[in-house]
Amino acid sequence: MADLHNSKFLVGVYDDDDVVLKAVTEVKKAGVRIHEVYSPFPIHGLDVAIGHPRTRIGIAAFLFGLTGFLCMVALTLYTMKFDWPMIIGGKDPYALPAYIPVMFEFTVLFTALGMVGTFLVSNGLGPTVKPLMFDLRSTDNKFVLAIDLEKNKMSEAEITNVLRTSGAAEVNVKQF
Amino acid sequence: MHVTSPVRTPLVTGGKTYADVTEDICRQVEGKPTREWLIAFGISVVVLIYGTACVFWTWWEGLGVWGLNKTVGWAWDITNFVWWVGIGHAGTLISAILLLFRMKYRTSINRAAEAMTIFAVICAASFILMHMGRPWLALWALPLPNTFGSLWVNFNSPLVWDVFAISTYFTVSLVFWYIGLVPDLATIRDRATSKVSRYIYGVFSLGWNGGAKTWARYEYISLILAGISTPLVLSVHTIVSMDFATSVIPGWHTTIFPPYFVAGAIFSGFAMVQNLMLITRVVFKLEDYITFEHIESMNKIITLTGSIVGIAYLTEFFIAWYSGVEYERYAFINRAFGPYWWAYWAMMTCNVISPQLFWSRRIRRSITWTFVLSVIVNIGMWFERFVIIVTSLHRDYLPSSWAMFSPTIFDISDYIFSFGLFFTLFLLFAKFLPVINMFEVKAVIKSSSEKLPKSVSGVAKGERVANPTFNKNAE
Repeated sequence: MADLHNSKFLVGVYDDDDVVLKAVTEVKKAGVRIHEVYSPFPIHGLDVAIGHPRTRIGIAAFLFGLTGFLCMVALTLYTMKFDWPMIIGGKDPYALPAYIPVMFEFTVLFTALGMVGTFLVSNGLGPTVKPLMFDLRSTDNKFVLAIDLEKNKMSEAEITNVLRTSGAAEVNVKQF
Repeated sequence: MHVTSPVRTPLVTGGKTYADVTEDICRQVEGKPTREWLIAFGISVVVLIYGTACVFWTWWEGLGVWGLNKTVGWAWDITNFVWWVGIGHAGTLISAILLLFRMKYRTSINRAAEAMTIFAVICAASFILMHMGRPWLALWALPLPNTFGSLWVNFNSPLVWDVFAISTYFTVSLVFWYIGLVPDLATIRDRATSKVSRYIYGVFSLGWNGGAKTWARYEYISLILAGISTPLVLSVHTIVSMDFATSVIPGWHTTIFPPYFVAGAIFSGFAMVQNLMLITRVVFKLEDYITFEHIESMNKIITLTGSIVGIAYLTEFFIAWYSGVEYERYAFINRAFGPYWWAYWAMMTCNVISPQLFWSRRIRRSITWTFVLSVIVNIGMWFERFVIIVTSLHRDYLPSSWAMFSPTIFDISDYIFSFGLFFTLFLLFAKFLPVINMFEVKAVIKSSSEKLPKSVSGVAKGERVANPTFNKNAE
């Protein structure tokens, strides 16, 4: 999480998800740099409208899954082939089809845990994290567009005007 | 933009706004426990205490307190285990497969169904521990270096696959459920009036603030979790079925078991979801969220999976005859007409005949019929597991060792224990966590709501508006 100590924000509060989605484009068009938009549920296309880069968490998920798979290949190979090989019915001790279930389970387990862990770390989420809330209603029924005044060249009044024009029901100032 | 076909029936009735959704779902979390909840919780805890005492007695005395004998070495314990694991499958199916299929009706039921999965798997795992007799040695089922030299678990054994499958399934389901809860926990945190609840929900909501970037990543991982959970659901019960199918016991050694067990699991799981949701909607007054559409959609899945199970029963019979193996033929004739005929026909009636009543739209949309038939399905699925396990074992290859199985008070009490555990956990969940996924309902409410609320939008029912306002406090 970025250090927002002593930062001053203008917070546009919207009543509707469609309005805020449209507002993002309008606000950007007016030359205002958006810090982030907060909503009580995911709004499709919002991250693209703001200009957030596409997440690469899928690559992490694949790598974690591959690690899980290879771990189980190594474990079954070591235990069943090298450390204590048992020849049953004249078959090779490393009877691959029998190990597919455990390999699959480990792949899924590593993918899930690794990916969710990556998600939490990349978003700065954790049990002791104090949330950065611009408006408590943004987890209920309001859509909040936050603008860092220091990172914008326009004046507070001008940005307020842009937010109002874009459909904001309220425009508040928030100091961290 | 929110566009939906006019032929679609609404999933959320009562003209709910975003604020209404929060208010309705948080009411039972924030308010004092209701009388119904207290009574139900009291009964569950008493049953749990009694059951726990019986389980400890089972461990203290040894598994001899069960009605098992040399011939029937598996009976109620494994029946209960497979039954509970099966029930667990509906939760992940609703979360994962219906998410991938973009089925919007899952949004009102996924949270409770996932919770049911977690608790059902806990109940199933408790039977594994009971069955061990010496649960403190449960670690031996894991591939850990030990003091016995090169003694590893046997990765060729389906029972070891089970250990991996069930523990992975439990972990992934728990993660899926918890991650789904985080945004809603943040909602409760931000509404909390007391310091204690703000702190507790604050810790569990992990500092969630609903930023667009977080939501985008969140949706992405939800999709991947759904993608990996879908084959996981199928693999878990497939592996459970292999506990039987890889043996040489007549009646078990069949290749149809994996798909047949998976269908049966979904069948019983949906029936249990129906039972729980029908009670929850009445007790917590959630009729606008769990509507007849939800009930009917789930009943359609019950009819489908029930029919698959029915076909599997008939296929088993056909293959037993067609195989030409006399032991196999005998096993199936014995199931239907032997000493356990009553269990077999109970299974056939409950699982094959009764769900076919759902072909009638009136029955499919009836609360009473749905509840009763769902209970019957669950009874039937328990009998299915009992029939497969006990009727195959009680007549083995040597007529001199043929035997019968009768449950003792401990077989019955240990089963009752699992009900106490399940309902205690479910009631705690229903009280302290939102039973309906608030953010997902809010996300679909515009396209699935019965009408735009006139009080806030100023338009009449059915009239489409360009920018509807779904906020109670809007100007």
